[in-house]
Amino acid sequence: MTKSLKVICPNGHLGFAPLKTESFRIAVEAGTDYIAADSGSDDIGPVPLGSDTCASPRAWQEHDLEVMLLAARKTGKPMIIGSAGDTGTNSRVDMYVEIIRDLARKHDLAPFRLGWFYSEVDKEAVRASIRGGSPVRGLDGRPDLDEAELDATDRIVAMAGVHPFRALLEEGCDVIIGGRSSDSAIFAAAALHEGFPDAQAYYLGKVLECASFCAEPYGAKETVMGEITPEWVEVTAMHPEQRCTVASVAGHAMYERSNPFHEYVAGGLLDMTNCHYEQVSEKTTRVTGMKFVPAEEFRVKLEGSGRLGARFVGMAGIRDPYTIANVDAVIEWARTQVRERFGDDGWELHYNVFGRNGIMGEMEPLKDKPAHELLIVVQGVAPTREMAEELTITGTRQLFYARLPEVKGTAGGVSFVFDEVMEASPGCRWTLNHTMAVNDPLALFPTHSEIVGSDVLETA
Amino acid sequence: MMTTKKLSELAKTIRSKNAGTDKITFDVIFRERDVYAMVKRSGALTRASVSALFNIGDNRITDFVEYDPAYAIKFTILRPRPSGSPGDPDIFGAQQYAPLLDVDVTVDA
Repeated sequence: MTKSLKVICPNGHLGFAPLKTESFRIAVEAGTDYIAADSGSDDIGPVPLGSDTCASPRAWQEHDLEVMLLAARKTGKPMIIGSAGDTGTNSRVDMYVEIIRDLARKHDLAPFRLGWFYSEVDKEAVRASIRGGSPVRGLDGRPDLDEAELDATDRIVAMAGVHPFRALLEEGCDVIIGGRSSDSAIFAAAALHEGFPDAQAYYLGKVLECASFCAEPYGAKETVMGEITPEWVEVTAMHPEQRCTVASVAGHAMYERSNPFHEYVAGGLLDMTNCHYEQVSEKTTRVTGMKFVPAEEFRVKLEGSGRLGARFVGMAGIRDPYTIANVDAVIEWARTQVRERFGDDGWELHYNVFGRNGIMGEMEPLKDKPAHELLIVVQGVAPTREMAEELTITGTRQLFYARLPEVKGTAGGVSFVFDEVMEASPGCRWTLNHTMAVNDPLALFPTHSEIVGSDVLETA
Repeated sequence: MMTTKKLSELAKTIRSKNAGTDKITFDVIFRERDVYAMVKRSGALTRASVSALFNIGDNRITDFVEYDPAYAIKFTILRPRPSGSPGDPDIFGAQQYAPLLDVDVTVDA
């Protein structure tokens, strides 16, 4: 019999929406060697990293952690979580570690070893790399990082590969909470720890990371099971109505990625160019032909976010066809009033005109054919709350007073759902999407562990 | 006999989504191999046609791939600004695919 390992993934972004318990229960009963999920994404924009907050309600994150922890401890199988709390910052790792401790107490769990690692990077370490002549290289067309852009950054996380997970598995950890990590590394670390080859291990991670997104028909947050041998990876849908087909598994290789053939991780490249997909049973597809190319230089991806300022939001509607045809002049009037009050710079004002090109901006092919009514969303960003609020009120309310020469309606140029502006999350910007060279794969990811449960207190 | 169909009549899936913080990727996926092959042959989806449809320079298209294992045509563009910057109306990049639905494809009837 072929030696194999099974890993299940119940959620492609733990806590962002709660996992579905029925397919998870089926998977646990079918038997698995590891339970793993990623909790992070850069999809959620720069605000959670810039302001060190979560994008997901804590109750949903606790729900998923509780379901997974109870199954893992009942079966005695390791549980691995990556990118704690959406961003994988230190405070989010600490929060998840605390949730696991609380759950162990609540359920009176027998003692187990809890491990965790951090992923935040000190700005000064990045500055030292730049000054030391090792450029922090830009990804996706960005220039190499300079110190001005670094200074504009509030928080940086490094994307861990398999290394800190493997170190904690070596220590015998039963539950691992990771800082920011590559989705695929969480699963690959388990397979590598058990002695499976790189290519199959990273492919296992790649196919499992988004849970049921690799199955059909569409239905998110359902559990899938991956099985790895030295020759192949199989993936099986656990929901009674879902299947993993050649089309759904091959199709998933494209999802959220610019290129379906290559997946870069810390330490190398998973090459899926010659992958072969085969339907081996109704719910299971087998994949062969993957390759892994180790990197010549060990570079770690960095994500950074910088706070631009406080942010307020206002809204205004337009129904008059003449005003709709001249909406750019209306906006320019309001901008001019803002300039007269606050000067030419030191603030940002953004107008999204829904009903014309609010969603696609300059890419909208129909931007010359606006609808019969428009909604303008106004965002103002400034260094202080007070200034952002006044800026946004000015930029919104002055739409009402815009002076168009031929307008018939002279009692007010826009409609208001409410004549106020609302405080939003701070304005933030992705400042780092870069890579930095490091000598030691563990250097940026300090690990810790302790025994948890049944009132045992021991820290390693 | 040649006739014209909308891409939305031929494809199973037409979608867009972030690929990292600086890019949006588009997937057009077909159910049948022959429909996929026909759309490839038609030339309706190319770097040039996509560049014209979305009013962007060719230098903003970072990848354009015909992905045979999934019967899919896939391309990726650079965003005008990183996702979620103030003023970005589509943080997930999930509603940028709509113009693809109405692309005319010349097919063998």
